[in-house]
Amino acid sequence: MDLKSLTAVELGKKIQAKEVTVKEAVEACFTQIDKVEKEVNSFVSLQKEAALKRAEEVQKLIDDGTLTGPLAGVPVAIKDNMCTEGVTTTCSSKILSNFVPTFSAEAVLNLEKAGAVVIGKTNMDEFAMGSTTETSYYGETKNPWNLEHVPGGSSGGSCAAVAALEVPYALGSDTGGSIRQPSSYCGIVGIKPTYGTVSRYGLIAYGSSLDQIGPVARDVTDCATVLETIASHDAKDSTSVERQDTDFTSALVNDVKGMKIGIPKDYFGEGLDEEVKKPILEAAEVLKNAGAEIEEFDLGLVKYAIPAYYVIASAEASSNLSRFDGVKYGYRTKDYEELHQMYKKTRSEGFGPEVKRRIMLGSFVLSSGYYDAYYLKALRTKALIKKAFDSAFAKYDMILAPAAPTTAPKLGSSLSDPIKMYLGDIYTISVNLAGLPGISIPVGQDAKGLPVGMQLIGDCFQEKKLFQAAYTYECLTEKKWVSMYDKTEAAGKEEA
Amino acid sequence: MANKISDETIEYVGILAKLELSDEEKEQAKKDMETMLDYIDTLNELDTDGIEPMSHVFPVNNVFREDVVTNGDNHEAMLANAPQQKEQSYKVPRTFA
Repeated sequence: MDLKSLTAVELGKKIQAKEVTVKEAVEACFTQIDKVEKEVNSFVSLQKEAALKRAEEVQKLIDDGTLTGPLAGVPVAIKDNMCTEGVTTTCSSKILSNFVPTFSAEAVLNLEKAGAVVIGKTNMDEFAMGSTTETSYYGETKNPWNLEHVPGGSSGGSCAAVAALEVPYALGSDTGGSIRQPSSYCGIVGIKPTYGTVSRYGLIAYGSSLDQIGPVARDVTDCATVLETIASHDAKDSTSVERQDTDFTSALVNDVKGMKIGIPKDYFGEGLDEEVKKPILEAAEVLKNAGAEIEEFDLGLVKYAIPAYYVIASAEASSNLSRFDGVKYGYRTKDYEELHQMYKKTRSEGFGPEVKRRIMLGSFVLSSGYYDAYYLKALRTKALIKKAFDSAFAKYDMILAPAAPTTAPKLGSSLSDPIKMYLGDIYTISVNLAGLPGISIPVGQDAKGLPVGMQLIGDCFQEKKLFQAAYTYECLTEKKWVSMYDKTEAAGKEEA
Repeated sequence: MANKISDETIEYVGILAKLELSDEEKEQAKKDMETMLDYIDTLNELDTDGIEPMSHVFPVNNVFREDVVTNGDNHEAMLANAPQQKEQSYKVPRTFA
């Protein structure tokens, strides 16, 4: 049986039916990892031994009827910015190269309670700052569809691992598009839930008011199932929201009749690659033919989202990352005489260029004399952006948009021009500013065969509408754009 | 509207950021910051008079609870992460030069 091509839910069913053991499921991951990981580099660390041991424990709990859920025994990969007790958690940074958390992130605990088996920690842009997974201290991750291209970022390792069939699903995090953009580049499904839906406890903070954890997987059913499992109200995260409507799988219904979908004209103009635009408008047509009402409208303020984001995210980052000082954990510089020198040398040697760039910018916009002009101005802009979305959702059930203006760029072509790289997040970033849920699903390929993702954006707490529309699209197109199996086989062969 | 970042500003921001930049890095940081601030200045096209700054999209309130210890004693595992420790404490270099 070809276990590696199964979705998480399919695999979970076979495990419950005793057609597959948990050990076999875990071994299938490592067989594929052995084959493709050298080329793709999705992982910062792998926990094979621990995973096999855990597989035995989970198998017992399944056999005695304790674990009956859809994810019991199913392997998962975790982005390396989520703490995992006893397992090194690096944020893909040198400064955390030896950090072993004493506790696990709440989202990871929720998965483990459901019987998930963690097989490894995935690569990312350092501290989630980047859009290509090239700023990792541990080497870049490559796009499994074409190894000369980036997987996107910052959850590039999670998305590449899922696309390369190394693991059925993974957790990512999204501060400005870091789940949706790499999902789009890697041809998989990823959702950033409404802010507050998944506890941030144990997620190493970048921009706390924007960060959300979410699943990346090979279909909509998996994403809904995983989100249902990780969503929880958590007293340890004061921004966690108490929700009663997290039974997301109930929304997996093939029906979009009467759904009102708005297409923002200002997302389809200058800057959007024709090869991306075409399959997305075709996908809109699919939904329209199934009974959705589709209408164009002006969202407004689009060009202000990125500058506002970089002020807010950098400001929060400069504060959040001040804890990395070489005292309690992580890297400490070798030569120093006094405390302040030790702090400065540790941080300067421990952080990479993009992280330093954002800490510097954040420190500046928060500094006395500039706080009003930059930081408060950005927060006022955020309020206006939220208002623009509010008026859109007064008319529409959801917004249909690209996830990114292009398909995955070539490796090495992005970092030299930061603003150009930042512009790649133009369709995802405002969603974080407004706290909204957004899902990316594959809808086509460009001439080079690189995947194109469509983004559906919902009002706060309206994930179910997104799941329903995405699921309907998937049913109508028979997941035509998702399968990665042949591609990965090819990637494996190229290497041999 | 081009922003100009002076040597003094970069020096000052470096102190705030607790980063020690080489001369080359300082020059690069100046350029990067000027470019970003020029870009960020597009926000000035927006009239935000009378708009309340929004730090969180949902109302965030203080969450009060009784101050009861719920976690166990984890100090050994936590100290194990310290680059240097002494007598069950974090060890740091002298504070004054």
